[in-house]
Parts: sequence; structure tokens; C-alpha cells
Amino acid sequence: MRSFQSMLNYFPEEVLEHVFDFLTSHRDRNAVSLVCKSWYTVERFSREKVFIGNCYAISPERLISRFPRVRSLTLKGKPHFADFNLVPHDWGGYVQPWIESMAKGGVNLEELRLKRMLVSDESLELLANFFPNFKSLVLVSCEGFTTDGLAAIASNCRFLRELDLQEIEVEDRRGQWLSCFPDSCTSLVSLNFACLKGEVNLASLERLVARCRNLRSLRVNHAVPIDALQRILMQAPQLVDLGTGSFGQDPDSDSYNKLETAMQQCTSITSLSGFLEVVTARCLPAVYPICRHLTSLNLSYAAGIYSDELVKLIRHCNKLERLLVLDTIGDKGLGVVASTCKELQELRVFPSDIHGGNAAVTEEGLVAISAGCPKLNSILYFCQQMTNAALIMVAKNCPNFIRFRLATLNPTIPDAVTMQPLDEGFGAIVKSCKGLKRLSVSGLLTDQLFLYIGIYAEQLEMLSIAFAGDSDKGMFYVLNGCKKLKKLEIRDSPFGDVALLEDMGKYETMRSLWMSSCEVTLGACKTLAQKMPRLNVEIINDSDQMEASDDDKQRVEKMYLYRTLVGPRKDAPDFVWTL
Amino acid sequence: MKGYSRKDEGCPRLLDLIPKEKERLTKSAEEKKTRHGSSEEKQLELRLGPPNGDWTIKNKNISREKDHESLLPFGYFSPWSSSSGTTPFLQAHGQLKESSQPNPAKTAVPNSSSSSSSAQKRTAPTPVVGWPPIRSFRKNLANGSSSKPISELQNAVGSKISSEKPIENSPKSLLVKINMDGVPIGRKVDLKEHDSYEKLSFAVDELFRGLLAAQSNFSAVGIKNDEDGGKAITGLLDGSGEYTLVYEDNEGDRLLIGDVPWHMFVSSVKRLRVLKSSELPTLSRGRKHGKLSLDTSPK
Repeated sequence: MRSFQSMLNYFPEEVLEHVFDFLTSHRDRNAVSLVCKSWYTVERFSREKVFIGNCYAISPERLISRFPRVRSLTLKGKPHFADFNLVPHDWGGYVQPWIESMAKGGVNLEELRLKRMLVSDESLELLANFFPNFKSLVLVSCEGFTTDGLAAIASNCRFLRELDLQEIEVEDRRGQWLSCFPDSCTSLVSLNFACLKGEVNLASLERLVARCRNLRSLRVNHAVPIDALQRILMQAPQLVDLGTGSFGQDPDSDSYNKLETAMQQCTSITSLSGFLEVVTARCLPAVYPICRHLTSLNLSYAAGIYSDELVKLIRHCNKLERLLVLDTIGDKGLGVVASTCKELQELRVFPSDIHGGNAAVTEEGLVAISAGCPKLNSILYFCQQMTNAALIMVAKNCPNFIRFRLATLNPTIPDAVTMQPLDEGFGAIVKSCKGLKRLSVSGLLTDQLFLYIGIYAEQLEMLSIAFAGDSDKGMFYVLNGCKKLKKLEIRDSPFGDVALLEDMGKYETMRSLWMSSCEVTLGACKTLAQKMPRLNVEIINDSDQMEASDDDKQRVEKMYLYRTLVGPRKDAPDFVWTL
Repeated sequence: MKGYSRKDEGCPRLLDLIPKEKERLTKSAEEKKTRHGSSEEKQLELRLGPPNGDWTIKNKNISREKDHESLLPFGYFSPWSSSSGTTPFLQAHGQLKESSQPNPAKTAVPNSSSSSSSAQKRTAPTPVVGWPPIRSFRKNLANGSSSKPISELQNAVGSKISSEKPIENSPKSLLVKINMDGVPIGRKVDLKEHDSYEKLSFAVDELFRGLLAAQSNFSAVGIKNDEDGGKAITGLLDGSGEYTLVYEDNEGDRLLIGDVPWHMFVSSVKRLRVLKSSELPTLSRGRKHGKLSLDTSPK
């Protein structure tokens, strides 16, 4: 034993580093750095990819000092409920300080992935000009920049491989950003601008595609019509992932035939999305030839495709592993999915009419899918109604769920048949799915469900609660029972001070807690902030509801707390109080 | 679909699947007090105790719970049972400046008959901020082709919530097929070019008048229609003419034109048909929404 121990002590660092190279997950690397000081040191100099789940948990300077060789950085900013307009636009999450620090610190940044962050044109310009090896920019749900910033990236990043914009609002300055890619740029592998509202220069796009022979993924926006798409496809038959743009007009038969021919050439496409403005379904059969190879299909923006056409398309897709659709598909359509897509792992069904008028899926569709698709492990389902019986059946059919998110259009609707709360149904899910990591619940729910969650959801990392529960007990059961909980977000539920303060140390084991429209008072938040210096307890007072009075009994409308190593943030706007 | 139980097979409760916990975890709200003592030790057996072993849901919470029992969340969404007839929740999440309390709904629910059997069976039409939880992107899409306003009740002061910008997402033309009884050639009409049923009716007349005339020329009637280019097709909307305009919506149902506001019609119409009025059943709106029970309607 002793000789083995001393052998380890003399293990050359290069060997350790080589071994650590095989560790790609940041969790594994975090674990490795806790083993001993020398492993910590070797690991920190060899880590190239850093993941920071909350940009305010640490500072750019500390990042750079610990991981000087960082090449790829992933940052997340605003709390998740910002996606649903519960967080003011200028709450925070600025990427600028990070880019500035890395530029000053001589970091050789190659990849930047941001989610829910504020990105300015200036940030993009810095990025483009100070990191000569910059290769990959992925922005999800970010805002604050214009097409001028994109132009800077296009013009200056000589080795750009990936530009991926997802669900972004970009102000269009009509500057033809796409034309800014120089003729010398041939390195693009992935280009996704499907969410952009503005026009692009079609000729520039076609030339760009033609010269980037390594292009694998291309998702164009609504401004690219079918005839341009067809020409692009003829230039890039090697594509693996295609976003079709509008797919909107009703082409004459000549254009249609050309499109069909182009599609037939693209034998490598396994992922398809777009269909942003389909008005008639006449063009859809053009994609049938590639359907049988598809593993991923996103029709969730295709409001114009009706159920029977959707179904016809899906019948061709028997290798699908991932499907995103609107609820216009209907329960019957989901039945077809269940019988056709036996490899299905992930399904997302989005509402087409948020007022629930013609909402077309119910618990029947969900049960059908669960019965037909044994590999299903991830679901996001917006539905008109749900029953406990259905959820129990789903739990029995699919014990492998990792992510289970259900949103009933009426957030407090009970079991549609028995009028009971949906506790038993969701309880069955958490009991059966032992690997469940993410759960969102809705419908009429009592504390009982949270007791089930606390008891059974041992691997749960993220939980979203809305309009649920009866008392502080509900929240307590969750905080007490879910040992791996990282993110808890609660809105409009009767949880208050007692639950909040019951186990304050718990919050240091979590990334963050969001509570809005609950029963938590200012006094309790202050107590928590005072007792836990390594938490930032922020109150968002965006409607001027609360005066900065000493009335500790007043209820807090929005509270967001998170663990941090760097104390209160300095960029909080006026309406955010850090207690 | 095979493989899943039907509703009439009964509803196996989760509690039946849990062997021992079942007796301990009966959940009626009224039993909270009595089960409090026994449940504590039982819950320790289930290893629910917090790390410091301090399991304290003290008595002071019981009165709190009782308050909450009468404030079950779903009470927010029962405007029908609320005597005031207004929706407390809307008041809560409407103009926040107006309400003196942050959430008047939580204290103002008059309906204390909290049993879940009184729960509503319909979807609540009242809009709630941030629900359903979809990104602004998708909300604009959902509302893109109809002109329903996005009901964003939150007016965050000084913030640019991007979903409030009107984003031009609807297609530039909305072509739907239209067929007429007795005319083998179908046509297309662009609904975006019209903004009312009258204009649509006029357009239909223009589309088919010539075709109809051309066809009748082959009949034995004669050639008197030649010069005037055909008889006008009138009375499409009110059943008074020889023909009536109907449409198929996105659920495949056939409906009479004119029942719903124009923009709602545009968002749900899939195709149009011009039928001989004599072949319609007497306009009995047997089912809701005025659907025609045309059993022989071809798909």
C-alpha cells in the first residue's frame, strides 16, 4: 500500500493531464479537483471547457486565475422564468465584463455559449477583434444586440466555424450582415439564423454556402424562399442538419420539381426544422425522401401545417428520436407518432393557441405515446387536460424519464374525470422514474404531491412549481427530501417564511431558488440574507410595489436567491435589491 | 390505441402501489392535525429527517394551514362561482398599481367551498402573466395568424419586453382552395386580400361566374347567357341564393360562413366550398358552433 501511495506521488503531471483529457464532463473534472492538491493543480491547468451555470456565482477574474487555459466558456444569466416575462429585461446577466476580462487576461477564447444573457454589439465587436482563434458562438435566448454585432463577427472571425442563434430577438439594422463574411471565409460548419426577422442577401448566402465545403448544419430564416433554398441545397448536399426557412409559397410545378430533386440529393440530412410560414402543404411531399433518415424533426414553428398533413409527413419518419410539434397534431396524430416512431426519445408538444380554444391534445395523446415509444425519456407537453389514470399509465409504460414537463393550459385544472388533484398521477411519475432529473408540474396539486416528490425523486435536480400546494409543508418536503436539487423555481404558491427559513444551509447546495407571488415576506428574506453571507438574496421590485420601508411584514413579489463566491453583484439595476 | 387502459377500468391510485406508506400518508386535509403526531415518527422511518434532525413543523403552522385550506389555488379560476362576477386573479395580475395589496386574490376568494368537486370543468379564459410557460417567440407565432392581442398584463416599468413589439410573422397571402358544386375546376382565393365576408362573397362570384356560365353553355338551355358573361352568384352568405358558401376548418368540420368574426374565420379556415343551397340540410344548428351535420360530405 505504501509503495503504491508513493508511486502515485511521483506520477508525472503530464500523465495525469493526459488521463484527465479523457474527462469531458465538468462534473467529473470538478470531482477530480477535489481529490488532492496536486490533482487540483493539474486539473486546473488542463481544463479547457468551463461551465458556469450562474454568471453571478463567480467573477471573470477568478475564472481566469483558476483556469488560465480556458478555451470554451458556457455562461447562463437570467433565471429561467425570464423566458416567460417574469424578469425585467435589464435585470442583468451582462456578458461584457467576461469578454473584457478574458481579453485583458490573454485568454485564447475559441468558443462562447450563452444562455439568457445580455449581449451588446460592443461585446460582439470585442469578441470578434480580440480573440484571433475564435471559432464558435452559440446564443440561446439572449438579447441586446443588433445585426451590426453579427456583422462584426462575420467580418473579423477568420476561423469561424459555428454561429448559432436560437430564440433570439435581434434588432435588424438592415446592414446585410451575412454579406460581411469575407470571400476567404470557408470554415463554417454550422450556421443557424432561423430566428432572425430581417432580410438577408440571398446571393451572399448562396455564395457562402458554396465555398464552405464543411458546412454540416444550416438553418435559414423566413426571408429565404423555396427557390433560394433549392439552389442552396444543390450546393450543399453534404448537409446533416437543415432549417428550411419559410417554405411558404405555393411554387409552380417547375420550382417544386427542382426542390424535390435537390432534396433527393441530400442523403445525409438527419435533422430537419423550419417550415416557418407554410401556407399550403403542397411542398411538403418534397421532403418525404429524406424523412426516413431523420432522427430529429422540429415542426413547432409550423403553424400553417394542419394535422392531416403533419401526420402524413410523420408516417415517413420511422427513425425519429426527437420530435417537436404543435398541439394541432391532436391526440390522433400522436397516436400515429406512437405507432411510427419507435425510436422516439424526446417529444415536445407546444400550444398553438395559448387561449386554449382549439387546443387539441389531451391525456390520450400522452398515453398513446408512452405506450408506443418505449425509449421515451424526455417530454414537454402542453395540454388541455390531464388525468391521474393517464399519468399512472404513462409512469408504468415509461420508467426511463429523465425530463418530465407537463403544462396544462389552465394551471389549476383538476383531473378531468374525477375532479381530484393530480397528486397521484405526478406521484406515480416520480416513483416510477428513478432517474428523473427535471420535473415541471401543473394542474390542481396539493402538498401531497410534494411529499411524494420529497420521498421518491432522489435524482431530481430541477423542479418547477406553479399554482400548487397548500402550505409551507409542500416546499419543506421538497427541500428536505430532494438531496440533489439544484434549481427550484416556484410561482403563485402558498409557501412562506417558515418553509424558506427552515433549512437555510440547503441553499448553498443548490444553484438558485426563485419564488414569485408566494407568501414570503421581506423580513424573512432579510433574515436569510443576514444569516447566509454566501447567498445573494435579491428582491425584484419592478412594479414599484414595495417601498423601501421597514415593513418587514410586506410580502415580496419576486425573490431570487443564489449561492455565490463573490458577494452582491455590482451591476444590479435600481429595482433589484440585494439584501 | 393498444396498450393502455381505458378509463372504465378504474383508477389505480398511487397509494395502492405503496405498501406500507399508504396508511401513513392518507391525505385528507381535515386529518392533518391528528396525523401530525404519528406522521412525524413515520416520516423519520422513511428517512425524511433533515440533516440536523430538527423536524419542526410547529403548531403555529396549523392555523396557517387552515387559512390556506380555504384558499386553494384553483379558487382563483372560478369566476363563475365567484359572486362578484369578476375575476380576482385578473385584479391581482392586472395593473398592479391599482391594487393596494400585492395579491388580493389570495385573500379575497369568497368561495370557501374548497372541495375539489366544485372545480371548474372548462378552461379558465382569464389570461395569466407568463402562463402557459412558453417563450415570447412562440407566443407571437401562436397569435401570428389571428389578430388576438397578446395579453401581457405585466407592465414592467422602463423595460423593453420584447414580446410587446408587434412582430410581423403572418404570411403575406393566405390561399385556400375553393370548389363549387357542379364545377369540376377548383380555384384558389387569397383571404388576405379581403377583410370581410361581403368582399369574399364578391370574390367568389367573380371566380366562378364565368365558369358556371361556360358550363351552362353546354347544356340545352341556350345561349342567352353568352353576352352578359354569366349570371351573378348572389345570396351566398344568407342562404337566400341558389348557392351557399361554407368552409372546412382545421378540425375538418364543415361550418357556415359568417358565424364568427372575420379574423377568427381566417385563422381556422382550411378550404371553402360553394354548395347548392337546396342540398344543405335545413339550417339546424344542432351541435354547438353551428356545425352542419352533413353525413354525406366527402372529405
